[in-house]
Amino acid sequence: MTLFLAGLAVIVCAGTLSLLTQSFHRLSMIAGGLGVSVGSAIWVIPACQSLFQNKTLAVQWAWGIPQGSLILEIDPLSAFFLLPIAILSALAALYAMGYLRGHKNAVGAHWFFYSLLAGGMALVVTARNGLLFLIAWELMSVASYFLVTFEDEEPGVIEAGRTYLIATHIGTAFLFVLFVLLGQESGSLDFAHFTLPHASPWWAGTLFLLALIGFGTKAGLVPLHVWLPEAHPAAPSHVSALMSGVMIKTGIYGILRILPYIGTPPAWWGMLLIGLGLLSGLFGILSALAQTDIKRALAYSSVENIGIIALGLGIFLIGQAAGAPLVALLGLAGALLHVLNHACFKGLLFLGAGSVLHGTGTKNMERLGGLMKTMPWTGTLFTLGALAISALPPFNGFLSEWLIYLGALHGQDLNTASLIIPLFLGIAGLALIGGLALACFTKLVGIVFLGEPRDPKVHAHETHILMRLPMLLLAAGCLAIGLAAPWVQALLQPVLADSLGLAPDVVSAQLQPATAWLAYLPWLALGLFSLMAVLTALRWVLLRKRTIAQAGTWDCGYTRPTARMQYSGSAFSQPILLYVQRILQKGNLRIPQGFLPTAASWNEEAADPVQRFLVRPVYECLVWSTAKLRWIQHGRLQWYVLYIALTLVVLLIWKFR
Amino acid sequence: MILALFSILAALLFAPFLFGVINRTKALFAGRTGQPLLQMYYDLYKLGNKGVVYSHTISWVFRVYPVLALAGMLLVLLLLPQGGHVALLAGPGDLFALAYILALVRFFNVIAALDTGSSFEGMGASREVQFSALAEIAFLLGLCTLACVTGSYSLSGIYTQLSYSAWLAHGAVFLLIAIAFFIVFLAENARIPVDDPNTHLELTMIHEVMILDSSGPDLAFLHYASALKFWILGSLLIGLLFPIHTGYGLIDVAFAWLGLLVLAVSVGIVESIMARLRLLRVPQLLVSASVFSFVALIFLLR
Repeated sequence: MTLFLAGLAVIVCAGTLSLLTQSFHRLSMIAGGLGVSVGSAIWVIPACQSLFQNKTLAVQWAWGIPQGSLILEIDPLSAFFLLPIAILSALAALYAMGYLRGHKNAVGAHWFFYSLLAGGMALVVTARNGLLFLIAWELMSVASYFLVTFEDEEPGVIEAGRTYLIATHIGTAFLFVLFVLLGQESGSLDFAHFTLPHASPWWAGTLFLLALIGFGTKAGLVPLHVWLPEAHPAAPSHVSALMSGVMIKTGIYGILRILPYIGTPPAWWGMLLIGLGLLSGLFGILSALAQTDIKRALAYSSVENIGIIALGLGIFLIGQAAGAPLVALLGLAGALLHVLNHACFKGLLFLGAGSVLHGTGTKNMERLGGLMKTMPWTGTLFTLGALAISALPPFNGFLSEWLIYLGALHGQDLNTASLIIPLFLGIAGLALIGGLALACFTKLVGIVFLGEPRDPKVHAHETHILMRLPMLLLAAGCLAIGLAAPWVQALLQPVLADSLGLAPDVVSAQLQPATAWLAYLPWLALGLFSLMAVLTALRWVLLRKRTIAQAGTWDCGYTRPTARMQYSGSAFSQPILLYVQRILQKGNLRIPQGFLPTAASWNEEAADPVQRFLVRPVYECLVWSTAKLRWIQHGRLQWYVLYIALTLVVLLIWKFR
Repeated sequence: MILALFSILAALLFAPFLFGVINRTKALFAGRTGQPLLQMYYDLYKLGNKGVVYSHTISWVFRVYPVLALAGMLLVLLLLPQGGHVALLAGPGDLFALAYILALVRFFNVIAALDTGSSFEGMGASREVQFSALAEIAFLLGLCTLACVTGSYSLSGIYTQLSYSAWLAHGAVFLLIAIAFFIVFLAENARIPVDDPNTHLELTMIHEVMILDSSGPDLAFLHYASALKFWILGSLLIGLLFPIHTGYGLIDVAFAWLGLLVLAVSVGIVESIMARLRLLRVPQLLVSASVFSFVALIFLLR
């Protein structure tokens, strides 16, 4: 635990130092970047200690605030979330040192808030007191708000930041109520003392819904995802990587942490999560397909992946409700592993998108193309990330989705049609989501990196080594987790045992036979690589005495093919989006008119339906009604003091009535 | 074990023959003599002995794809139970691995097509991802329903336990899944009514247009890989339709081959008597395949 606190201290000191030395660009950069990476790398040690030795590390201090004490604790569940936070914070900080080189803004403030974000996330997953948790939660949210608005000279960034700030506070409001209700009975906000206020299923259901809305807003479950596609593209890319890779997972952590305190789950919780998961997954990936902005597409893909995690959690809850530990174990294992995996590949992809933006100056994929030749490192690593996120073997994404599939397939043991149908619908939905994810990521790779450059005005250059190295490490992580399939279970075992309240050896006795097939997976990967090597050699032998000619791409007889005749990204996804066009896209048609036809045009852009039909009307309604109350705010201090005094009097009367 | 190896060897040797059978069937329907039954072997030999032309536009992706496609299909053969016998790498959950290795090959197929920068190949790639995403539901849901019927979690578990007595008990379920699988089989192998392997217009093709720029040994690898894919998906359908377990391994495997020949003939018949669907109609066909799989599940659980 000392190491954890030391890491926290190093990070906060580094951030503060960077802020103080902000006028010396170089010093500020090195102090911030190195300090934050070293500090968060230290967290890997306590996290691994807790995970591999199945230990719980804790510190406790009394503090002046009523109801409970200041408790920090790393148990396997915390450690499992702390691990990706530590790794991704360190790698994204390294990347930022390359990304912000020569940035015109002073970087001190950036590093200060970056350190607060990293520290806030680490505190969120270790806090064991409701109040401390909420403080850490706010720290994390506010710090990330300042990071999102770091490049505030760009158009739209301020609005995106505001949307994020409002959304995250709405979520926090629900968490306030949740923790107050949980702490009400025991009179203490320490997690260890939480008891259910009333044992009735209605109460448990209410608490579950509060947690789902509060934490779901942070996680980005549809329809609470509205802030996510706004904030991620606006933020600098390494911040997007950190927010998308790990920060939104604190929502998942919150749900998992709170679940044991609100009672045994009935089946409808699981069905609700499966439904929300499928909705988020399908909506997220279809919206991702509709985007032309790379980072916005990646942000929507995060909504999709949170959906997959929610699907896993839903299977876990159904398994628990039905008393089928194997179903629950497989679902939870898949969901947890997907949290780790998503941190790896989404981190990689956002960093890759940042490199594209850095190297070309645009993130509009319709202007890009052929970057594989000018940015070979970024292109290849991005392709690996795309393979991993499409859940293709031998990469890590396959492993977690495989566990979720298998959990749902084991639903057949439940022998209850009303439980099997949602689980099998989960299989069908995940299959469709997988197919659409393949469409989305072949589009991203194919349009951005392959083919010919679409816009002659875009000049690309490969990025600094500091930006490539973190991507290389993350890509290696994606492959390593995939190849370590038979052993990953050992990593998950203590977390699973804690969450289900089973002994670790019971967990492994259940999981071992069900996942025995994973032992073949490294051999399959080895087989794939060696077969590819053999076939490449065969091709080389066959071609040894033959001509290897170079020519233009077959153009079907056109005399002057140009790069603009390539298939565009919008054209690529149009057939799929045809069926959801009315919901996801906004078109603008201008038809020729008159006897001498005027110019005609058609443009379409992706538009979030939740934003358009739900959030905006409600927001405008609110603005309209609160404008009527504006006379209260007049800027006269005496009146404000009077308001405070009156409020206190009213509260006193209410207390002593 | 030996039987499984033997089945794989047979797939490697005989897969291209099935295309000869399809072409002969179509020729007979059209009143022609048709190509020799072994034409595909000649083609593969010819292509293997040719040089290769690469576009200026391509990157490493285009060169890796043919190799990966063939390697992927060879791996899938290790997971495939043929003739009702346990596959080499059988185990709970291998059905998802089979689907996702095929998806890995598809991923590279699509990005290799986009790598050439050709608008035609981009068009084919766009159609491929659309149709395969829809086919995936019917395929996985169908397999999982079969798993539910047989109470198993692996491909080998499913296909060793299918039998005619199970057909008597769950005839409707199996029939619906067989229809779904047949549609998926036609779509995934780029046959009529989804795609026409013999078309001569790039605008209307799906699979053939995506390999338009491949030549020489690369094209040979790709043709061979698609023959193996036909064999693999065909075996899954045949294993459901003709679950013959005599107790003698070789005879069961021989029946499975016979089944594949019958399947090839019926594909030839379908191609002779049907026209290709309009592209806008294809998703409806694939969605109906998914609905068949889902209705099969409902029938099972009713």
